[in-house]
Amino acid sequence: MSSVLTIKDLTEEEFTLPGNAACPGCAAALSLRIALKVLGPKTIMIVPASCISVIQGYYPKTPCRVPVLNVAFASTAAAGSGAVAALELKGKSGVKVLCWAGDGGTADIGLQALSGAAERNENMIYVCYDNEAYMNTGTQRSGATPRAAFTTTTVTGKLERKKSVPEIMIAHRIPYVATACAAFPLDFASKLKRAESMPVRGLKYIHLLSPCPPGWRFPAEKTVEVGKLAVMTGMWILYEWYDGGYNLTGPSKALLEKSRRRPLKDYLSIQGRFGHLKEEDLESLQRDVDEHWEEFSKKLGIRA
Amino acid sequence: MKSILSKPSEGASGLTGMWRIKRPIMDTDKCNMCMLCWLYCPEGTITKRAGGKPRIVYEYCKGCGICAEVCPSKAIIMLRREKGAVDR
Ligand SMILES: Cc1ncc(C[n+]2csc(CCOP(=O)(O)OP(=O)(O)O)c2C)c(N)n1
Ligand code: SF4
Ligand code: SF4
Ligand code: SF4
Ligand SMILES: [Mg+2]
Repeated sequence: MSSVLTIKDLTEEEFTLPGNAACPGCAAALSLRIALKVLGPKTIMIVPASCISVIQGYYPKTPCRVPVLNVAFASTAAAGSGAVAALELKGKSGVKVLCWAGDGGTADIGLQALSGAAERNENMIYVCYDNEAYMNTGTQRSGATPRAAFTTTTVTGKLERKKSVPEIMIAHRIPYVATACAAFPLDFASKLKRAESMPVRGLKYIHLLSPCPPGWRFPAEKTVEVGKLAVMTGMWILYEWYDGGYNLTGPSKALLEKSRRRPLKDYLSIQGRFGHLKEEDLESLQRDVDEHWEEFSKKLGIRA
Repeated sequence: MKSILSKPSEGASGLTGMWRIKRPIMDTDKCNMCMLCWLYCPEGTITKRAGGKPRIVYEYCKGCGICAEVCPSKAIIMLRREKGAVDR
């Protein structure tokens, strides 16, 4: 990444006002706060049913200082496409459309609308904040829930692997795809900045890992530590994809060698959702991470 | 056509400081003004005061404790409120 933002680059102005409905320690609320600092007031947000639709508030008050269009669960990217078309018809330039949806709303029910918008290459930014389950309705598993995690619908641990939406988006050859993690807000902010300032029109997609204290079962003050460990153990890889190639970003840059990565156990053992795992489960999940890196390292440096 | 719009406002979900179990207390003498607490506060309840040091807005601070965790100078401690007491 060419330019990495610093704290001083972020405006002191707040676009999500305090006193909203997010749980204490919510990484999704933190990330939205950071995102709107980067994108600024000339942004229209498209939000489907999710925790953010609750955080965004009930009539007559909202914490959001930008316009928010609250849409049906499956329709985020379709509604975003409509907003882009309306802005163009009205000749309004400089207004950004930000789709902001959860993992359920992206990996599962909203995937068709997102794929359609990606294929049409709609000129907007789409952020999936991934708390790895349907949290707003009480922690049901989603396609983005990782293998072995407890949810209320996978009480002995999820059997299937996590679906990679960023890889699906790369397959659409849109201009920009990145992963991010709420515990590295400046890395996330830099990626948003790059996405919004790209001269090329089209869909920019960021998949943001967003630790959730009640859903992942850890104390609220540990949100940042859990998010950092997701990256330092290599469970979550920070990267960007554009111009046909991948780049590692932030701390992930230093983690290609297995010996540099923290043991996965450090990440899993501080979350109640993995509390049922036995030693052999931990080893098996560690192998998943190692294999994922091996696979991933083959893609680095490859410019299509 | 009459439209109904929500208005941006602090406290859209009430005085969320009432949710707090622990209260962050900042020792400004220890503070090095790195502003990491400001960066990481999910609520936006840490603001900058004149002179550059951060200040906590207790009306809405939910007491999550993230600011205390990320502070490199250990300038913030989390103080549990006394049983039955309301922390405002
Ligand atoms: C069509 C439809 N089905 C179900 C729901 C109920 N519902 C509201 S929010 C939600 C969970 C959303 O999960 P996710 O997208 O991961 O966001 P999160 O709540 O985790 O932030 C569900 C199932 C709905 N609003 N609409
Ligand atoms: S359930 Fe999780 S994602 Fe939803 S508001 Fe609470 S902490 Fe945030
Ligand atoms: S994180 Fe600690 S040292 Fe840094 S500004 Fe906040 S209180 Fe001061
Ligand atoms: S305790 Fe949480 S909400 Fe309160 S100031 Fe610290 S980080 Fe912000
Ligand atoms: Mg979710």
